[in-house]
Order: sequence, then C-alpha cells, then structure tokens
Amino acid sequence: MLEIKNLHARISDGREILKGVDLAVKAGEVHAIMGPNGSGKSTLAGVLSGKPGYEVTAGQVLYQGSDLLAIAADERAREGVFLAFQYPVEIPGVNNMYFLRAALNAVRKQRGESAMDAGQFLKAVRAKLKLLEIGEDLLQRGVNVGFSGGEKKRNEIFQMAMLEPKLAILDETDSGLDIDALQTVARGINALRGPERAIVMITHYQRLLNHVVPDRVHVLSGGKIAKSGGKELALELEQTGYGAYGDAA
Amino acid sequence: MTDTVAARNLAPLREGYKYGFVSDIESESAPPGLNEDTVRFIAAKKHEPQWLLDWRLESFRKWQTMESPHWAKLRIAPIDYQAATYYSAPKRQNAPTSLDEVDPELLKTYEKLGIPLNERAVLAGVAVDAVFDSVSVATTFKKTLGKLGIVFCSFGEAVREHPELVRKYLGSVVPQGDNFYAALNAAVFSDGSFAYIPPGVRCPMELSTYFRINAAKSGQFERTLLVADKGAYVSYLEGCTAPQRDENQLHAAVVELIALEDSEIKYSTVQNWYPGDAEGKGGIYNFVTKRGACRGARAKISWTQVETGSAITWKYPSCILEGDDSVGEFYSVAITNNFQQADTGTKMLHLGRNTRSTIISKGISAGKGQNTYRGLVRIQPKAENARNYTQCDSLLIGDKCGAHTVPYIEARNPTARVEHEATTSKISDEQMFYCQQRGLSTEDALSLIVNGFCKEVLKELPMEFAVEAQKLLAVSLEGSVG
Repeated sequence: MLEIKNLHARISDGREILKGVDLAVKAGEVHAIMGPNGSGKSTLAGVLSGKPGYEVTAGQVLYQGSDLLAIAADERAREGVFLAFQYPVEIPGVNNMYFLRAALNAVRKQRGESAMDAGQFLKAVRAKLKLLEIGEDLLQRGVNVGFSGGEKKRNEIFQMAMLEPKLAILDETDSGLDIDALQTVARGINALRGPERAIVMITHYQRLLNHVVPDRVHVLSGGKIAKSGGKELALELEQTGYGAYGDAA
Repeated sequence: MTDTVAARNLAPLREGYKYGFVSDIESESAPPGLNEDTVRFIAAKKHEPQWLLDWRLESFRKWQTMESPHWAKLRIAPIDYQAATYYSAPKRQNAPTSLDEVDPELLKTYEKLGIPLNERAVLAGVAVDAVFDSVSVATTFKKTLGKLGIVFCSFGEAVREHPELVRKYLGSVVPQGDNFYAALNAAVFSDGSFAYIPPGVRCPMELSTYFRINAAKSGQFERTLLVADKGAYVSYLEGCTAPQRDENQLHAAVVELIALEDSEIKYSTVQNWYPGDAEGKGGIYNFVTKRGACRGARAKISWTQVETGSAITWKYPSCILEGDDSVGEFYSVAITNNFQQADTGTKMLHLGRNTRSTIISKGISAGKGQNTYRGLVRIQPKAENARNYTQCDSLLIGDKCGAHTVPYIEARNPTARVEHEATTSKISDEQMFYCQQRGLSTEDALSLIVNGFCKEVLKELPMEFAVEAQKLLAVSLEGSVG
C-alpha cells in the first residue's frame, strides 16, 4: 500500500527534517510511528498528504505502486489518502454536513461511484454518528467552529469513517483527549480496520495503542526510523523513554 | 513560505469574461457630447411630454454646476463626459408587442447569457422587463399582473400610461441635484423600469429586469421607480452582465423606492458587469444612486446586493426611515479581484420613532482589488428608540489586496441603540489545505470558503438568484488561488 524509500525533506527555512525514512505498510496493517517532539513525525504526515511548506530533496514514496509525491494534495485525497489533522481547521459559515457531503462526493466521483443524494447521505451519516457519539447538532455547525478539542478529534475520525480511505494517517489524534473520548476515538479507528485499508498512527504516547493495537511500531528519531518492532516495542518505550534513541534533532 | 504559497495560489484565476461578446445590432445613437440639445434629442426620441423635458433640463443645469465626488476611496481616471454617447437604441422604431416581434439578434444575445426570455419567464414565474441598451424590448406576464392592478413596465411606457404616478414620485427620493451622477442621470436617463403595487396587493411573482450594456461607448443611464402602496408587497430582482470592451464604460443609474404604510419592498441585485481584464484594462464604471423611503408606519425596505463586476463600483443603497416602526435592511456582498475597486455601503437615516435598521456587509478582496465599506447610520432627534445593528466583515485572499471599513455614526437622540461589529480575516493556507485534503479541488475549496463567509447575505436572496450568485462568486474568484 505504502512504500517510503530513503525519504529526505526540508522545511521552508532550509532545515532538513526527514533524513532518510524507510517504511513499508501493507494493506490490512496498522502501524504506529512514535517518537520524541521534533523527530519529524508531523513533517512525515505533511509530506505524505501534500501539505504546502515542505520540500522533498531525495527519496521516493509509492502508494499502490505509483509515485504519490507526483500528484497534488486534493488528488491524493481523492485517491484514498486521508489525514486526520492534529489541529483541525475552522471554516466559519460552512456547514459541517455540507462540507462532508462535498468531500464525500468528490471522493466517490474519483472511485466511479455516483454522488449521494441528501437522503442516502443522511442515512450513512446517522450510522457513523452513533459510533463516534457525535450529536447531530454538531453537523449543523460551521466546520470545527466552536468545537471542543475532543469534538474536533472525533469529527476527524467521523470524516474518515465517511470517506473510507485506503490509507489513513492519524496525526496525534490522541493528544488532548480525555479517557472517555480516547476510547470513543479508538472504537472509531478499530471499526475501520480491514483487509483493504492501511492505517498509520502518529503518536507521542503509548496510551492510544492500548485501545488500537498496532501490528508494527516504529520509532522515528532524528529524521529516520531508528527502530521497528511489534506492539511490545511501544510498551518498552513507555518504560525507557526516547532517551535511548539519541538527540531528537 | 506562506507568502509564496499564497502568491502562487493567485496565478490561475482567469477564465476570462464569459459574456464578452458584442451583438451585431445597428444602433441609432445620439452624436457624442452633452449639452441641452442632447437632452432635447433624447426627450424627442422618446416622445416625452413637455413636463419631463423641463425636468430633464432643470437637472442638466444643476449638473453643470456640480463636481464629481472625490471622497470615496477610489482611483478614477478623469472621465470626458463630452466624449460619451448619451443615447443608443436598437434601430427598430415600433415597440414590439410580443416576443415574435423582437429582433432575433436580441433574443440570441439573451440566450448566450442563459436568459431565454420566453422559457425562463414561464418556467420561473418571473415577469421580465428586459432592458437592452436603453429601450425595453419585451415585457411578459403583464396581463397576470394587470389583473391585480400591478403596473410593471418600462419607464418610458409609464410616462405615457401613468403620468400621474410618475410625476408624483419621480425625484421624490433622489432629488435631481442629489449628487453629480444622479443629476447626470436625471438629465439624460434613457429608460428603465417602473412598478406600482396597489394597496393591499401582494405581488405574486418576483419582478425581474435584466440590464445589459451593449453599444460601444454608450453610457447607460437607467432609472427605476418602484412604489408599494399601503400594505403592498413586492420583491424585485435586478441582474446584470455586459460584453467585453476595452474602453471604460460609464454607468450611472438611479433607483428610487417608495414604501407606504405597512408595505414591504425587497430589492435584490446581482451585478456582474465586465470588471476589466487582469491587467486592469477596461471594465465598467458603475456609479449608482439607490435609495428607498419608508413613507408610512411599519413600512419595510430591504436591499440585498451581490456586486462582483465593474472596474469601479460606487454605490450606497440607502433607506430613509420616515414612518414610525419602519424597517431598513442592507445585505451586501462585494468582491474585488485583479484591479477592481469598490466603495460601497449604505445610509440608514432614522427619522421616525422605533425605527430599526440592519446592515450586514461582506467584502472580499483578491488580486490587487480594493474594497471599502462606507456606511452612515444617522439617528435624528425625533427618532425615539431607534436601533441599528451593523456587521462588516472583510475577507482577504492573497497579500496585495485591501479592505477598508469606514463607518459613520451620528446619534442625535439619547435613546438610540447603535451597534457596530467589524472583522477582517484572511483565507489561510491551512483552510485551503484542509479542504484539499478532504478531496476538494482548489476552486471548489475557495468557493466553499467564500460562500460560507457570505452565507448571511446569500440567504436573503430569492432562491434562484441565490444559486446564480453562488456560482458567480466562484467564477469571480477563479484563479485567485491555485
């Protein structure tokens, strides 16, 4: 599904943040990428999703066998790449439901499916709302406007559930969540696990991984994958910290 | 990085002006220039009565003593009023009585604009008094309206058929010498629309007029007069497109609304005149005086405008709230892109007791566009318990445009309650990226964000107009990000 080879990337001030990342994620797998602050976790998410502000200087990213970096952000999204934002963005005046329907129909069009009418859409929405314990009133509000931190994160996972991506990248989705919200979000993520889908969870802490158990865990440090292992690696990190993996910068 | 992203985003905005074509219709124009003979020529062409000619000449003499206003935040190249043509009409002399008699070229032009007059009118239930250049060419649904006693016709026809109404109200809201452009219009106005809704009648359809500037170098001077008698209701739609030209074209319209006791007038405009090209060449100069008077208790006048076109827009649809408990509203979206300039807003003049006004203004600036909201709220000494709420929001796209808010508040009664809120925001790269990451193209993302910003105004438009307006916003901003 996703193959990252020797990926180097820098930010606008010229600093190189990713210094040769190698990673392969197969369909059906859930991978966790952990690491200290400043290790390049969010940069990796940004580069994969096509966020402006990064320059890839070397390396390659293959998505379903073709060059992911060659296509624009919106095209990547329509091809099935989803990023759950660490800080979801507010869009005043744009109804959350309207936004989601526009997004869903853009993605469906790409998949060769017909646009959903309001009735079908509402039906699909209701089922997912329940899963993520989101009130219908949230849908009628502006996109992320006035949402609490927990509501924003749940809304991201709700969008993911609706859009059914092939590759989901979750950037610190667990940060700022209380334990109940964490469990709800985890339930949402688990419901999306499936043989056709790859999930990459970027997180600083181990606690999300208690609820969404990963197949593989990687430690990103100094812009490279410093260690990879099974789910037990996350527990080990919780004990020892990131100190063993050297200077984050 | 953010700046370079924004700048790169600004590049591909041009789809070009979709309606930039010139119809091949022979015009019968007045010779260029402006003097009393020009005024007499126009009046003679239109077979106008002496009283109207006198009124025009009086206006012309006032205009000669006036200067064009320079207080607006606009850069206007000097206009040579003697170089313009003040009358141009399709050549056919006898007014057509049905669509069959209308010049096929004209009808084709409407079709290109997406306004198949016959079909559209029937399907949408809209009566269209279409103004092509200066003379009305077709009026539909007159009979239905006639049964209710509603008069809806060209201004010229109103002068012939209903001179008593025209004489009573003409210039009663916008006096001849009100301002430079209004005086010019009063002297040389060519045609326009007239509507009268009798007491207690609710107009069953949206009245609609499409204006279009066509003949080269002809200024366009419409005059619209709308009267809602006691307890009447009318919703009036005005929409405009113009063909592409290199010369700047002058447009100075006057709209007067009179709402008597317990009546309501809703006046909606979508203005899409040629804004000039991406280098700032060409485009319409739009200097409009629009004003309504609530002449009786509980009267209501509501202006809604979506201004996307014109090189320069100078326009302040206003309400004079004379009657007690009367209500004035102004909802506006103004877009400036490339080199467009807009100085627009409203005046709410509170004279009666318990008068209320609401102003919602949304300005969007992209490219090198300059957008100014200029508004006056005046509470006169006798206006006990007057209330005003004003909200002015500006949205910036890119970093070479400008937004300005100039509110004037004059409260001369201590019981007045006047609220003013203003915000300025910028479409952020984060917002664009968020939309794109959900699969929306750059254009769709921009359109979504802008429509969200304008929502409070767009919802005031009649349904079919709102849809048109949304598309127009997207087209107007095409290429401002990418």
